[in-house]
Amino acid sequence: MTELLKVSSLVTRLNNGARIVDDISFSIQPGETFALLGESGCGKSMTALSLMRLLPDEIRIASGAVQLGGQDLLALPERAMREVRGGQMAMIFQEPGLSLNPVMTVGEQIAEALELHQKLRGAAAQGRCVELLDQVGIPDAARRMHEYPFQLSGGMKQRVMIAMALAGQPKLLVADEPTTALDVTIQAQVLQLLRDTQQKSGMSLLLITHDLGVVAQMAHQVAVMYAGHIVEQATREQLFTSPAHPYTQKLFAALPDTARSGQPLAAIPGSVPPLHDIPQGCRFAPRCDQAWALCHEQAPVWTVVREGQGVRCHLYDRIEERGLRTEVKAQKQSNTTAPNSVLGTQPSVLLQVSDLQVHFPIRKGILQRVVGWVKAVDGVSLEIRQGRTLALVGESGCGKTTLGKALLQLIPPTAGSVQFAGRELIGLEASELRMQRAAMQMVFQDPYASLNPKMRVAEILEEGMAALGKFLPPLRGKARMGVEPGNDNVSTPSDGTTSHLTRLSNDDSQVIGYPALPLMKLLAIRLRWQTTPAKSLVMQGGGSREARQAHIDTLLDQVGLARSTIWRYPHEFSGGQRQRIAIARALAVNPKLLICDEPTSALDVSVQAQILNLLKSLQQQLGLSYLFITHNLAVVEYLAHEVCVMYLGRIVERGTVEGVLHAPRHPYTRALLSAVPRIDKRGGEVIRLPGDLPSPVNPPQGCHFHPRCAHAMAVCRAVYPDATGVSASHSVHCHLYDDLG
Amino acid sequence: MNFMPVILWTDALIFLLIAVGVAAAWYVRRREYLLLPWQRVMKSSVGMVSLLVLSLFLLVGLLDSLHYRVALPEKSNGQTVYSPEVLSAFDTLVSGLRSRIEKTYSAPLAAYLYAKESIETPDGKILRDYPRLKFGGVHLADPQHELAGDVVRRAVVGGLGGLLVGGLLVWVVGWAKRSLPTRIESGPIGGHVSCPPYTMRALLIATLIIAILIGAISYLAAAYHVLGTDKVGQDVLYLSLKSIRTGLVIGTVTTLVMLPFALLLGVAAGYLRGWVDDVIQYVYTVLSSIPSVLLIAAAVLMMQVVIEMHADWFETSAARADVRLLALCLILGVTSWTGLCRLLRGETLKLREMEYIQAAQAFGVSSFRILTRHIVPNVMHIVLISVVMDFSALVLAEAVLSYVGVGVDPTTISFGTMINAARLEMGRDPMVWWALASAFGFMLVLVLAANLFADAVRDAFDPRLNRTESAT
Repeated sequence: MTELLKVSSLVTRLNNGARIVDDISFSIQPGETFALLGESGCGKSMTALSLMRLLPDEIRIASGAVQLGGQDLLALPERAMREVRGGQMAMIFQEPGLSLNPVMTVGEQIAEALELHQKLRGAAAQGRCVELLDQVGIPDAARRMHEYPFQLSGGMKQRVMIAMALAGQPKLLVADEPTTALDVTIQAQVLQLLRDTQQKSGMSLLLITHDLGVVAQMAHQVAVMYAGHIVEQATREQLFTSPAHPYTQKLFAALPDTARSGQPLAAIPGSVPPLHDIPQGCRFAPRCDQAWALCHEQAPVWTVVREGQGVRCHLYDRIEERGLRTEVKAQKQSNTTAPNSVLGTQPSVLLQVSDLQVHFPIRKGILQRVVGWVKAVDGVSLEIRQGRTLALVGESGCGKTTLGKALLQLIPPTAGSVQFAGRELIGLEASELRMQRAAMQMVFQDPYASLNPKMRVAEILEEGMAALGKFLPPLRGKARMGVEPGNDNVSTPSDGTTSHLTRLSNDDSQVIGYPALPLMKLLAIRLRWQTTPAKSLVMQGGGSREARQAHIDTLLDQVGLARSTIWRYPHEFSGGQRQRIAIARALAVNPKLLICDEPTSALDVSVQAQILNLLKSLQQQLGLSYLFITHNLAVVEYLAHEVCVMYLGRIVERGTVEGVLHAPRHPYTRALLSAVPRIDKRGGEVIRLPGDLPSPVNPPQGCHFHPRCAHAMAVCRAVYPDATGVSASHSVHCHLYDDLG
Repeated sequence: MNFMPVILWTDALIFLLIAVGVAAAWYVRRREYLLLPWQRVMKSSVGMVSLLVLSLFLLVGLLDSLHYRVALPEKSNGQTVYSPEVLSAFDTLVSGLRSRIEKTYSAPLAAYLYAKESIETPDGKILRDYPRLKFGGVHLADPQHELAGDVVRRAVVGGLGGLLVGGLLVWVVGWAKRSLPTRIESGPIGGHVSCPPYTMRALLIATLIIAILIGAISYLAAAYHVLGTDKVGQDVLYLSLKSIRTGLVIGTVTTLVMLPFALLLGVAAGYLRGWVDDVIQYVYTVLSSIPSVLLIAAAVLMMQVVIEMHADWFETSAARADVRLLALCLILGVTSWTGLCRLLRGETLKLREMEYIQAAQAFGVSSFRILTRHIVPNVMHIVLISVVMDFSALVLAEAVLSYVGVGVDPTTISFGTMINAARLEMGRDPMVWWALASAFGFMLVLVLAANLFADAVRDAFDPRLNRTESAT
C-alpha cells in the first residue's frame, strides 16, 4: 500500500442527525495534489476538519476510517492526535488575516510550531524561522519575522501561514481555499509557491477550492463534491476533457467566457440544498435537467466509468451495456442566439466623467491637522454610452468601489466633473441631486449586507419609490411587460429571454413555507386589481397603492422571482435570490444607469451565471447602461462592451473588450490577464508581479506601476505617462508606447 | 360612592407602561420575524419559570398601584370628606396583615414578644417576662406546648389547600387549551404561541410549588406573623410585599426615562458623526466620569428641599412620597443612560457602513427616515437585552441609595428602607435578623428571576446561537 492518506466511507454529522459529509472515500498518493471541488455548503471544509479532527462541538464523525501513512487517525487519543496535527498533516485556511494571532510577531508564531514539532528553541528556532520565511519568498526575512501580522499584506500573511504549516515538515498539507481572499496576481504568486514547495519537499496537498481555474493549474486528482457526497472523481485530464456527472458538466458550462459572450450562460437553476432538507434520491436531481423518475426516488451508487474516473449518477448505471453517454448531452446548448445588442451606430453618451478625484484627508494630532491625503481616485475620466456596459477592472484597493460611490455622490468627490445625460452632478443642491438619483442606482457586492433584515421584500422595493416618488417619470405598471393585470401566470413567452427568466423564477420559488396571511393579502390585492380599469395603469411613481403594487409585481417578474415572495423577509432567500431582490430594488426607480459593484463575487459559480444572465437580458429589454466593477476578467469578457483597467486610482488602459483583453498593451493588464487561472491553459506563461499594490497615501514617483514592472525604464521613474492611442478605441498610459502617439 | 380613586404619578406611568407593553405584544404577534425570538424564549424552561415568578411579583405590584381614598363617615357641609390615608387594592386584600400591629419586635411565627416586659398578673404581682402578642397566635391557650404542632398543622392544611387550588387552575388552563384549539390555531400565527412539552412540565411543577407555598403562607398568616414584626410592630411579610411595587417602579420607570436619551442620542451620534457625535460623546463621557452616588445624592437633596418648601402642592403624604419616588426615578434615569448610549453608538457605527444603508442613501432617503426605518429596528435587540439586564441593577441601586439615605421618602416602604431600619438591630443580642433576611430573600428572588429571564432573552436574540439552530 503506497497511498499516504486513505479515507474510507467517512460520515460526519450534526448531533441531530443531518449528515454534512456523507460516505466519502478517497486516497492521496505521496507528492500528489488532490483537489476537492464544489460550491459553498457542499461539505468540503467539513471534510478537511474531519481529517484533522478539529470539528466544532455540535458536529462529530459518525463512522468511517481515516488512515494517514497506515495509522488510523480516528482511533488515536487526543494527545497523539496533537502530534499528528502540524507534524504530519498541516492546514492553511481561507482568511489569512484571521488565522494569525494579531498580538504575536510572525516569528514567535512560527517558533511556536517549531518548538512543538521539531523541538527547536532559541537561536536554532530563529535560524530555521528565517529559513522558512525565505523559502516562502518573504523578502528581508530576518527583519520581517519581528513584525506583527497587521504590518503584512494579505499575500504576505498567507505566505506566513504556509511557512507555519511547513514548520512541522508535514507529509500532507490541507489548504482550505488558500487563495479565495486574495487578488489574482497575488493568487498566482501563492499558487506558484505551493507548487514549488510541493516539488521541493515532496509532500502531498489536499486542495479545497470552488475555482475550476485553480484546479486546472494545481491538481492531479479531482473529486467533485455536492451536498455532502463526492459525485465524481477523476484525474485532471479526464475531468477537463470528459466530465461525466451532469453537475460537473454544468459547472464547466456556467463559467463565463468570451466564446459564449453572445448567449446566455448555462446556469444551474436553484442552489445547493440546505442540510436539513436534503432531497430523497439523487441530491442533484432537483437541479438536473437530465433527471428522470429514478433519480428522485433512489440515490445512485458509485460507478466506475473508466480507469481512474468514477461517478455517482444513474446515467452510468449500466455503463457496460450502453457505453458512455457523456458527449451526447454535454454540448447541448448552442442554439439560443440572443442578438448582441447595439452594433454599428454609436449610441449617445449617458455618463461623462472627467478628471474625477476623490481624496480622503489623513488627520493626526489633537487639532486634527491634515497631514496627508489618500488619493483613492486620482483623475479618472470615462464615458458610458446608452445601453452599453463599461467594465472597471482592478485589484482590491485600487479605488474601483470609491469611484462607483463617487459617481453616485455617496462620497463627495474632491474635484472633477460628473455629467449625467448632459447635466453636471457635482455641486448640485441636495434637492436637485435627489431629482437625479432616480436615474442612477447601485447594486452592491454582498447580498447579505445589502438588504435590511427587518424589512420585507415589498417594503424594500417600495423604499426608493417612496423616497423619489415625485421625481419619477410616469411609469406604466404591468403594461410594459405585456402581462395582463390579475393574471398570475407569468409565462407568456414572447422571445427566448423571457422564457429563460420564467424558468429561473419557477426554480427559485421553492422557498420555505410561508404563513397563510400574506396569501390572503395577495389575494385581496389581486381581487382589487381585477376591478381596476386598465387606464389607471399609467401612473406617477409616487402614485396609488395599487399602481405601486403593480410596479412591484412587474419588478419581481423582471428579476425572475415569484410574486408570492413579496411578504417575506430577506433571511428566507438564498444568496442568488437576494441579489435578484437587490437588482429589483435598483430597478424600482427606473434608472438608466446601474453601477454594479462586484455583484457576483460573493456567489457560487452556478448562481453567478444566473445573475449574469439576468443582467444581460435586463440590458436587452430595458436598454440599461452598466458600470460593472469587478476583478473577475472572465465576467468582463462575457458581459462588457468596453473595459477600463484601473491601478492605484488611475485608469492605465481603456478600450473595447476585444482590444484590451485579447491584445493588452499595458504590462499591468498583461500580468492581470496571465494571472487568471484558466481551465484551458491558454495564455501560456504567467507573468509574475513582484510585491503588492503600493499604498495610495504615497504612490510611487512617475508611473505608479514601475516598481512592479519588468519593462520599467528611467523615464518611468520620473514622469507619469500620458495617454497614447493604440487604435481609435484603445488607449494606454505607458511609456513603452510613447512613440506610437 | 364611599371611596375615591387616586391616580398617583407613578401609577399613571405604570399604566402607561402596561399599555405600551400590550401594544408591543400586539405588534409583535403580527410580525413573524419579531415573534421568532420570543418563541425561542418560550422554549426555555428557565426563562418561562422565571417569567412566572416575575409575573407574580408584577401582579402584586399592579394591585398595589390601584390607589383610593376611603370616604369618612362624617360629612362637612354636605360634602363627602375622604380619609387622608391613601390605600391600594393590595392593602385591602391583605388588610389583616396591615392592621395587626404588635407593640414591637416579634420573631417569625412567634406567640410572644421579643423583649421582656413587666406584666401585671391577674393576682396583682408584677412579673418580668415575654408578654403574649396581641394578634400572633392568640388562639392558642398554651403556646409553649401547642405552637409547633399548630404551625405544622396550618402549614400542611394551607399547603394542601394551595395544591388543590393550583391543580384546579392547571386543569382549567389545560382544559381551555384542549377544548379551544381550533380557535387559537386557525389564526394567522396560531399554533406558534405554545411551549414544548418539557417547558410545560417545568411550568406545571413550578406552578404547583408556588401554589403550595402561597397556600401555606396565607393560612399561617391568618394567625401568625409569618416573617415576624419590626420595631413598631408592623408585619414584615406585609412590608416585604409592599416593597415589591417600589422596586418595580424604580426598575421600570427609570428605564422609561433613560431609553429616549440612550436610543436617540446613541443612534444619532453613530449615524450622523461629525460635531453631533463629538458633543454627545463629550456629554456622556463627562457624565459617566462623575461619581454617580454623589451626583444622585446632590440631586435628591435639592429635590427634597424643593418638595419641603412647597408642602401645599400635595394633598396627601402619599402623593408627596410618590413624587419623591418619581423624582428619584428621573434622576437615576438621567444618570444611567450613558452605558446603553455608548453601546448603541458603537452598533450604529457598524450599521451605517452596511450596504443597505448606502442603498437607501442612493435613493435620497432622508437621514431621519434612515434612522427610524433602517437603524432603530436593527438595534432593538440590544435595547431589549440591556433594558432587562438593567432592571435588576436598578432594583439593587434603590436599595443601596435608600440605605445611604438619599433614596425614597422614609414613609415609602421599600427594600432599602427596610434594610436601613433593620441594620441597627443586627448588633443586638439576641439578634433581630428577620427584617433583613426577608428583604434579602424577596430581593434575591425578584432579581434572580429578572436575571434568568434576561439570560433567556439574550440567548434567544443571539444570532450566533440561532444560526446553529437554523442549520439543524
